[in-house]
Amino acid sequence: MEWTFRADAPIYTQLCEQLTVAVVSGLFRPGERLPTVRELAVDAGVNPNTVQRALSELERDGLVYSQRTTGRFVTDDAVRIEQERRRLAEERAGDFLAAMEKLGYNRIQTVMLLEKMGGEEQ
Amino acid sequence: MSILECRALTKRYGNKEALGGVDLTLETGRIVGLLGPNGSGKTTLIKLACGLLTPTSGEILIDGRRPSPETNAVVSYLPERTTLPLWMSAKQAMDFYADFYADFRRYAAEEMLEKLHLEQNQTIRAMSKGMREKLQLILTMSREARLYLLDEPIGGVDPATRDYILKTIIANYNEEATVLISTHLISDVEHVLDEAIFLREGSVMLHETIDAIREEKGKSVDELFREVFAC
Repeated sequence: MEWTFRADAPIYTQLCEQLTVAVVSGLFRPGERLPTVRELAVDAGVNPNTVQRALSELERDGLVYSQRTTGRFVTDDAVRIEQERRRLAEERAGDFLAAMEKLGYNRIQTVMLLEKMGGEEQ
Repeated sequence: MSILECRALTKRYGNKEALGGVDLTLETGRIVGLLGPNGSGKTTLIKLACGLLTPTSGEILIDGRRPSPETNAVVSYLPERTTLPLWMSAKQAMDFYADFYADFRRYAAEEMLEKLHLEQNQTIRAMSKGMREKLQLILTMSREARLYLLDEPIGGVDPATRDYILKTIIANYNEEATVLISTHLISDVEHVLDEAIFLREGSVMLHETIDAIREEKGKSVDELFREVFAC
C-alpha cells in the first residue's frame, strides 16, 4: 500500500491513521490476518518499534486484536468498523468545511455547491 | 539494558578536539541516528566504539566492556568507504566474512544478492559504486550482531539505492540489536529511526526520540536540524 508522512506530526499517529483507513476501506478485510510488524515496517519504510506502537494503539481502539501465537487480525466487529468509518468521515468533512470557510463559503453555500456538483455527476 | 555507553569520552587529534566529554547511553533494540554536520565527531565516535581509535580520556563500553576482539565479535561495522579488495568476487567476499565472523548468516547474504540479480562471480572492481555499497551493506547486515555501526550508509548513492539500503537495514537487524546510523541526510533516515542524537563540534546537544521531537516541536527532525545547524 501507499504510505505518505507529513513533517509536522509524530510518525506513529500518522501510521495509526493510515492503518485505520486501510481497515475501514476494506484493504484489510474484517477478520483478515495483518502482515507482521517487520513486514509493515519494511513496506512503509519506518521503524518497527513505531509500527508496534501504532498497532498497540489500534488494538486499544478495538480495531485489531492479537492472538498470542498466530499474529494480529482485523476485528470481525462490523459495527466497530462502521463507527470508525463514520468518525473519519466526520473528521474529513470538518476539515473540508473549515477550508471552504476560508474561501468565504458558509455552510449553506457549501451544501448548495455540493448538491449542484452531485446533480451534474448524475 | 544498554549496549553502548560513553562516559566523559574525549578524543583529541593533536590540539584538535574531535569529541569533548561525551556522555551517552544506547539501549538495546533501537535504531539510532547519529546526526551532525561534517566534522562534528560522528566517525570518531564510531571508530572509538569498534576499537579503531583509543580515547584520549574517559571511556567507551560495549555491553559493559572496553572495545576488544571480544566486543568486536558482537559489533558489525560498516565503514564510511567500501574497504573490500577490488579483486574479490562477491562470493569471495562472503567467504571472507564467513571466515572472520562466526555470526555471519551466509544464506541471508546469498538471498539478498540473488534478489539484486548480482552474479556471485562478479568482481568488486566490475561493480558500480552503488552496487559496491549495497554489497558491503548486505555483508554487514548479514551478521547476527548486537550492535551495528553504520557510518554514512546512504551517502553518495541515488535515492532508489537509499530506499533499498534503509529497507535492508529494517528487514535484517535483529530485534534485540541496536543500529547506530551516522548521516547528515536526515530527511531520508528520519522515518526509520527510534531516536536521534545531534552532535555538534564533538558534543551531544540533543538525544531524543523522533516522535517526541515531532510532538513537542511540531516539526520534523530534518527541519529542527536545519534550524539548529543553520550557517
